Amino acid sequence: MAETLFHKVWNAHAVRKLPSGQTQLFVGLHLIHEVTTPQAFDMLRQQGWRVAFPERTFATIDHIVPTSAQRRPFLDVMAEEMASSLERNCRDAGIPLWTPDQDEQGIVHVIGPELGLTQPGMTIACGDSHTSTHGALGAIAFGIGTSQVRDVLASQCLALDPLKVRRIDVNGSLEPGVYAKDVILTIIRRLGVQGGVGFAYEYGGATIDAMTLEERMTICNMSIEGGARAGYVNPDDTTFAYLRGRPFAPQGDAFDRAVAWWRQIASDRHATYDDRVTVDATAIEPTVTWGINPGQSVGVSETIAGDPQDEAFAFMGFRPGARVTGTRIDVAFIGSCTNGRLSDLEEAARIVKGHRVAPHVKALVVPGSKGVSRAAEARGLHHVFLDAGFEWRGAGCSMCLGMNPDRLEGQQTCASSSNRNFKGRQGSPTGRTLLMSPAMVAAAAIAGEVVDVRTMLDAIPA
Amino acid sequence: MTNDQRPSAIRHVEGRGLPVRGHDIDTDRIMPARFLVAVSFEGLERHVFEDDRKADRSHPFNDPRYRGASILVVNANFGCGSSREHAPQGLARFGIRAIVGESFSEIFQGNAAMMGMPCFAADHDSIERLQTLVERTADVTIAADVQSGAITAGALRFTATLPPALRDAFVSGQWNPTAMLLDRFEEVRAVASRLPYIKGF
Repeated sequence: MAETLFHKVWNAHAVRKLPSGQTQLFVGLHLIHEVTTPQAFDMLRQQGWRVAFPERTFATIDHIVPTSAQRRPFLDVMAEEMASSLERNCRDAGIPLWTPDQDEQGIVHVIGPELGLTQPGMTIACGDSHTSTHGALGAIAFGIGTSQVRDVLASQCLALDPLKVRRIDVNGSLEPGVYAKDVILTIIRRLGVQGGVGFAYEYGGATIDAMTLEERMTICNMSIEGGARAGYVNPDDTTFAYLRGRPFAPQGDAFDRAVAWWRQIASDRHATYDDRVTVDATAIEPTVTWGINPGQSVGVSETIAGDPQDEAFAFMGFRPGARVTGTRIDVAFIGSCTNGRLSDLEEAARIVKGHRVAPHVKALVVPGSKGVSRAAEARGLHHVFLDAGFEWRGAGCSMCLGMNPDRLEGQQTCASSSNRNFKGRQGSPTGRTLLMSPAMVAAAAIAGEVVDVRTMLDAIPA
Repeated sequence: MTNDQRPSAIRHVEGRGLPVRGHDIDTDRIMPARFLVAVSFEGLERHVFEDDRKADRSHPFNDPRYRGASILVVNANFGCGSSREHAPQGLARFGIRAIVGESFSEIFQGNAAMMGMPCFAADHDSIERLQTLVERTADVTIAADVQSGAITAGALRFTATLPPALRDAFVSGQWNPTAMLLDRFEEVRAVASRLPYIKGF
C-alpha cells in the first residue's frame, strides 16, 4: 500500500500500543538544551531512573547564551547556574554536550543538521517547539515539554497519538527577493495559526524540490507557527548531497546503504493524504507580519485588513488599510533557528554591501552556530556587516526570545528574521516585532524603515 | 504532583471558573521567557500572565472575584507557540486544575495532560456562554466529568471532548506514562536494534 513518510517512520519506531490507546514511539535522536531539561533530570533522579540511551542524546547551550561576552562564568548568575546544571547532568549521564567554548556549539536546530546528527527517517524530539526544523531532512521531528523530556531520558520513548498528514504543494518559481521565509509566512497566513493542529505538514512541489536544505529548514521550522507540530520534506538528492561528509553522517559504504534506505522511507508516489493544499509560488511577494501572531502578515504591496477591534492593531500601532512599508524600525535582527544559517547571512550581505545602517537603527547579526560563524567569516561576510554598521555577534538564540541580554527595550520596533511576533516575545512587554526574511531585515536596517527589498536588488548585478 | 509516578485516576474536576477571553493566547504570554531562566518550576505561579496583568489592571488574573478559581475557561488555540511546560506548570501552581476551551495547541495539551490537567474542548457558543456566566456569577461551580465530557455550571450544561487516549489515561490513572514506557523495555531495545541508523546501515 502506498504510504507517506510520516506513516513509514511512525511504524518503524512504534514499540507497542499502550493500555491508554496511545502509541509508544521510540525516539531515534533526543536533542536537549539548558532551558527545558534541568527539571527533567531532577524528576529522573527522584525516581532513581537512569538515562536509557545516552548515545542517542546530544546537548548544547543556546537560549541563555550572551552573544557579546561568551566567556564563563556568564554574568547572569541564573544563566550560569543553568549552564553548569546541564554540564553536570550531561557529565553524570555520559551525554555529549557542546558549550559556548567549543567549536560545535550553536542553536540546537542549527547544529543538528550541520553536524549530520539529523538524518532522514529518524524520529527526533527536543524540548523546543522549533524541533520541526529537522523535518527538512525527512525526519519526523517535534517539540515536547519537560515531562516528556523526562520520559525520553528515562525510556527513549514517548506516549503519543499519530498525526494526520496534510500535503502542501508549492509550485512555480520565486521571484528574486522572495525567499523561503515569504513562502512559509504565506502558508501560515492562508491556513491560519491553528490550521495545522492535529497535522504533520508534508511540503513538496517544484518550488520546494528546487530549494536548498537551508531553505527547507526555514519552511519546516515555522510549521509549528501554523499549528503543525511536525513538518517535513521527503529526502532527495539535495538531502543526500547535504549530508555527505558531515561528522555524524554515515561514512564510506555505509553512506550508500543509508541512501538506499532514505529513498525507501520517502512518501510513495500515490500515497494518500488526509488533506491537500496547493500554493502558487509566483504570486508570493516579500511578506511581513504586522500583528501579534505569525499568521497576521501581508505582502509589501498590500494593505492590512482585519477587524479594527483586534488587539493586534492597538499593540502594533497599525490601522486597517495601512501598509507595512514605511514603518520606522529601531532594531534589526538577523539570526535564529529560522534564518541564522550561512545562506541567510549571504543573502543579507548582498543587500548590505556598500551601504550603511540608518543612524537610528541598532543592527545585529547573530550566526546560528559557531560553524555558521566560521563559514561566514571565511567568506568575509563579517566585514560586510561590520563595515555597514552591524554588530557581528557570537552564536546563540539572541533576540528571538527574551532569555539572554539581547532584548528590545520599551516600545521599540524590530525588523526580525526570527519566527514569533508574540507580545513580549523579544523581551520587552511592549516591544513590537515585524517578521520578515533576512534580506528584508537587511534592507530595513539600511533604509531605517520597512522597504521592499526588490527595489534594492535592482541595483545589484545578478 | 508532576513527580508522582503512581498517579491516581482523574474522573471529575470541580471548582470555580476563571475566564480568559481571546484566541491564540501563546505560552510567551502565559509565561514570559525571562521567568524560564531558572532550574526549577518553583514560584512560577507568581508570574502567570505577568505582562498582560501589568498592562491591564482588569485582567481576570488580577480580579479578586476569581481568587481561588481552579477551572480556566478559554477560547481557541490556547497555549500555542513555545513548548515550554513552564506555562501549564505556572497555571497548575496558581491553582488551576482543568481548562475548558474552544481548542488547544497540541504541545500545550500534551504537557498539561502529563501533569494531570485535562483540557476540555467545546464549541464556541458553549464556551462563550460559560465565560459570560462566570463573569456574571463568579462563584458558580463548574463541574467537568472526564469520561462523558459533561460540563455543568448552574443551569448551563454542554458536552466537551478530550482526545480519547488522554481521556482514557485520566480515567484509568495512566496519565503519567513513564512507568508504562519502561514496563517492557526489552521491546524498546528490540525496536532500536532493528533501525538501520542504529545498526550502522
